[in-house]
Amino acid sequence: MNVIDPLLTGKNAVKLISGNHACALGAIAAGCRFFAGYPITPSSEIAERLARSLPEVDGVFVQMEDEIASIAAVIGASMGGVKAMTATSGPGFSLKQENIGYAAGAEIPCVIVNVMRGGPSTGMPTRPSQADIMQARWGSHGDYPIIVLTPASVGEIYSETIRAFDLAEQCRSPVVLLYDQVIAQLSETVALNSAADASRTERKWASGPRAAYKPYDGGSDGIPAMARPGTGYRTHTTGLTHGEDGFPTQNPEAVTRNLSRLFSKLERHRDLIDSWEELHCDDADVVIVAIGISARAAIRAVELCRARGLRVGLFRPITFWPFPEKQLRQAAAKARAVLVPEMNTGQLRLVVERVLAGKPVEGLHLFSGEAITPSDIAARATALARGA
Amino acid sequence: MLIETAADFDVRDYLRKEMMPHFLCPGCGHGIALRALLWAIHDLGLDKDKLAVVSGIGCAGRLSAYIDANTFHVTHGRPLAYATGLALARPDLHVVVITGDGDCLAIGGNHLIHACRRNLKLTCLMLNNEVYGMTGGQVSPTTSETRLTTTTPLGNQEPHFDACALATAAGAGFVGREVTHHVPKLKELIKAGLEHPGFAFVEVLSDCTEIFGRKNDMGSSSEMIMRQKSEIRPSAYLDTVDTPFRSNALPTGILASNDRPEYGATYRRAAAARKGAS
Repeated sequence: MNVIDPLLTGKNAVKLISGNHACALGAIAAGCRFFAGYPITPSSEIAERLARSLPEVDGVFVQMEDEIASIAAVIGASMGGVKAMTATSGPGFSLKQENIGYAAGAEIPCVIVNVMRGGPSTGMPTRPSQADIMQARWGSHGDYPIIVLTPASVGEIYSETIRAFDLAEQCRSPVVLLYDQVIAQLSETVALNSAADASRTERKWASGPRAAYKPYDGGSDGIPAMARPGTGYRTHTTGLTHGEDGFPTQNPEAVTRNLSRLFSKLERHRDLIDSWEELHCDDADVVIVAIGISARAAIRAVELCRARGLRVGLFRPITFWPFPEKQLRQAAAKARAVLVPEMNTGQLRLVVERVLAGKPVEGLHLFSGEAITPSDIAARATALARGA
Repeated sequence: MLIETAADFDVRDYLRKEMMPHFLCPGCGHGIALRALLWAIHDLGLDKDKLAVVSGIGCAGRLSAYIDANTFHVTHGRPLAYATGLALARPDLHVVVITGDGDCLAIGGNHLIHACRRNLKLTCLMLNNEVYGMTGGQVSPTTSETRLTTTTPLGNQEPHFDACALATAAGAGFVGREVTHHVPKLKELIKAGLEHPGFAFVEVLSDCTEIFGRKNDMGSSSEMIMRQKSEIRPSAYLDTVDTPFRSNALPTGILASNDRPEYGATYRRAAAARKGAS
């Protein structure tokens, strides 16, 4: 047979691949051994790749009957102790939300890829968008913590997919990998090496006597050890509010204690989670804040502006949620204006306005199904820099 | 038939004693079904450490918390989908699903038909009490015609689902139905389901005395259970209908059984063959 993935051969390789292909390769390198999905444009290539490569590494691929079943099967596999992922796009991401909340509340590691396409509703299945920023954070009901990563290149999709699995395991949390249709289906060269890239990060597993083990005791770092089914702990997992013993409770003190730990869990591990990139922010009069393909265009826009002698910089969140607030405040400390180009009506701008309260923040919003061009960003940044 | 005794079976060996008393209403048939399940597990000598029970939302969904095993109380309607992931990822576990008529046939109906079609080794125990009990007594897909519920004040106008016919048509490897009146027979049916190599669907006719029975003047729990007995037609009777004394309309026992290939093993074999060929 044709071995399609150099990762499986353990050799160095530089490959011209698409973003979705890179995601599938990253998942294998990260130790993902279960994928459940449902066909949807423009993320289906991830499922198609993994349908071929998972059996080669003794993993399981299953195409489920719908989007909800896919995320449910992924959480089920992870409850069994296997690293698991699903991939979807806009409408499918909406359908998965209830069960993403279950994974957050019951603290089941899993990775959910959402390739953003134009919306609302069925929208533009083959056109890009960045309009799921808020849904990725707040899409399920109730308060809950979640990690959202926003890679901006094919190579970064590969490395961030691996990091998504690592963070899911380390923090016992669902992790959303959020990128737009452009980089999903864009082809770029990526350096791959299965041996070097392979992740061995695993969640903390329960050890010691059963009588002393509490499934939701956060210990010193707020992240409970999980009991692998079959190892004698025989624990209970529920979407109901639960105490340290894992059993349902509505006792106000027990509920508050466990939820306080849950809500603060990620904040305690920001050193592990935070990731961002800055370009020429040190002396910038104008700081551009962007993610995904809009950030790629912004890099070129910064170069164009710098060539014109204008002090323009870029701040790019790679971990989007929890948002790198402190880092943005620092990067934009000297800026007199901030520009936010994004393919939606202002979701990132809303965050930036809150984080940089008092600073003029301007949006450049496009929802036509086209990517924002470097020249559009450069023109706005130039006007801001000259006016500033 | 000899009356089977449970001399060597103590249900307490399989229950989480710290979770007692349970929260089921007096007269609820779910406890009988749970006992039959645990008895079947005992008879088969299944290892509690290797037993995983996945349940949905509703009265039936709460039962998993009482079982001393690896238990997962998941979202409404989705236990079969969670169990599919768990069983595919961990073929060493024996995965049992406990669900109710609303959980399994309404919100989770799509997962049921595809679980039947896929034929992955799972045992699905659907406790049918004809009503959404947990939420206060609304009509369910199995509520009998003309019955009163809080959302059918005119009497139920919709035809009810025959879950076993549905599961059979969708291709389930094993389909059976029993009433809580016949505990040893129910235990034997569940045992046969647990032993079946593919997907096994077992419907248990339970009773909701407090909410459904009270609203429909069906009497005490024992009267409701006796009514179940009068309405069934065990498969051993073949098509004999004992009219005019009673309706004997509802078939019970093993209603379908086939040896279609089990999905998980089939997938693993195909994967191994592909690997061997590369």
